[in-house]
Amino acid sequence: MSTFRHDRLFSLTISMLAGIYVILILALLLAGATFTTPADILQALSSEPIRQSAVLSIVSCTVASILALWVAIPAGYLLARWEFPGKTLVDAIFDIPIVLPPLVVGLFLLILFESGVGRFIQDNLFGITYEVPAVILAQFCVATAFAVRAMRITYEQMDRRTEEVALVLGCTRWQSFTLVTMPQSTRGIVAAGTLAWARALGEFGPILVFAGATRGKTEVLPTTIFLEWSIGDLGAAVAVSLLLVGLALLVLITTRLLGFKGVIG
Amino acid sequence: MTEQMPSGLRFDTVSIQAGDFRLVDLDFTVPEGAYAILKGATGCGKTTILEATCGLRSISGGSIRIGERAVEGLPPARRNIGYVPQDGALFPTMTAGRQIALPLVLRGTSRAEADLRAAELAELVEITHLLDRRPEGFSGGERQRVAIARAIAWKPDLLLMDEPIGALDETMRARVVSALRAVHAHTGVTTLHVTHDPRDVADLSTILYRLEEGRVERC
Repeated sequence: MSTFRHDRLFSLTISMLAGIYVILILALLLAGATFTTPADILQALSSEPIRQSAVLSIVSCTVASILALWVAIPAGYLLARWEFPGKTLVDAIFDIPIVLPPLVVGLFLLILFESGVGRFIQDNLFGITYEVPAVILAQFCVATAFAVRAMRITYEQMDRRTEEVALVLGCTRWQSFTLVTMPQSTRGIVAAGTLAWARALGEFGPILVFAGATRGKTEVLPTTIFLEWSIGDLGAAVAVSLLLVGLALLVLITTRLLGFKGVIG
Repeated sequence: MTEQMPSGLRFDTVSIQAGDFRLVDLDFTVPEGAYAILKGATGCGKTTILEATCGLRSISGGSIRIGERAVEGLPPARRNIGYVPQDGALFPTMTAGRQIALPLVLRGTSRAEADLRAAELAELVEITHLLDRRPEGFSGGERQRVAIARAIAWKPDLLLMDEPIGALDETMRARVVSALRAVHAHTGVTTLHVTHDPRDVADLSTILYRLEEGRVERC
């Protein structure tokens, strides 16, 4: 067989394998989109519980992603720039929420805040379990792990010599970080925040276990899909699902427009 | 602004370990006010010597003196060194003017005075037209001249340059050589310029050193 025919066979094989997955995803989206009509979607979205759930989703995801960035910026910098004993272990710990089954994250959060220091905080300061803070905490736990990955890649891609030159020019480490490193990482921070927000938006398992699924109280959009589906209103469940798909696509497009490679871009 | 101190550079039995790479018992002196070139093949440790002098890499033995000061225990910011790394390493989010003024602002000079000094230096190295622009789109020669102006802004005791005219075309090379001559004539700063290019020696050097097999020798 000629080299040319070998090349064509190779290209055809890998294109087919990749194509199967692309077709599956498109078929999923098409199935969802054709199951309902724009009128059904508008009707579902005008219902008070669903609107409340959308508002809580947007607010809690925003708070969780801001908190995630507060951890991810220093943690990503630490992992990208510093060598220290036990770094591999610390690196692995940051990844635990990514690989842990979501229900397990929720279960462990519940145990943590129903015993010891967690119980003390709830008894003396403010309630967490089955309240809005539980929603934010569950979203924060998982979203932060993704934000740390994104910030680490950002700093790894950045030329460290600019920071070194800043030190020689007279900057302290802090000044080098704030005057030279942070301005260069703006796009990475936006991308990490967007990714954290999108991850938080899709969280369901930990929220169900740790915050419950109380309508009008701890109900976020994935909870709404579950509640509508469990009472047999598949139309409303699909409408909310499409809303989530729209938001996810918005995030993907934003991240690609920012030119951020390596995480989801 | 920093008062100029006696500023020759002295390496006194300095050893540097970087992974498997070692430089042992380096001994050499660059007299005050000299323009010295340290020549050596790619990968022989020239950049390592500059980084150790700046404080970006620790030494495993010996002493580095700038004038009367032993600097090996000082952080980079307190060594009073101007450093021009390969490609300039300009700050991509700052205009050329702002980054030239930065060392002065960090040391408490007013913004107006720092801008004035940045403008003077820009004129010296012929980059006045770049002051309000960010580095994206600068040519190699322009980047180097901005980096040189930034490095000498607060009158350092010592200027270190890593292949500052390494990868430039002939026109840009001539401009940067002219800028380096002007800077040295204007400031008289003790300078150590590392290169692998013999043309740099003919164009600029008053003293030549060679780094070969881990030893620095004066030629």
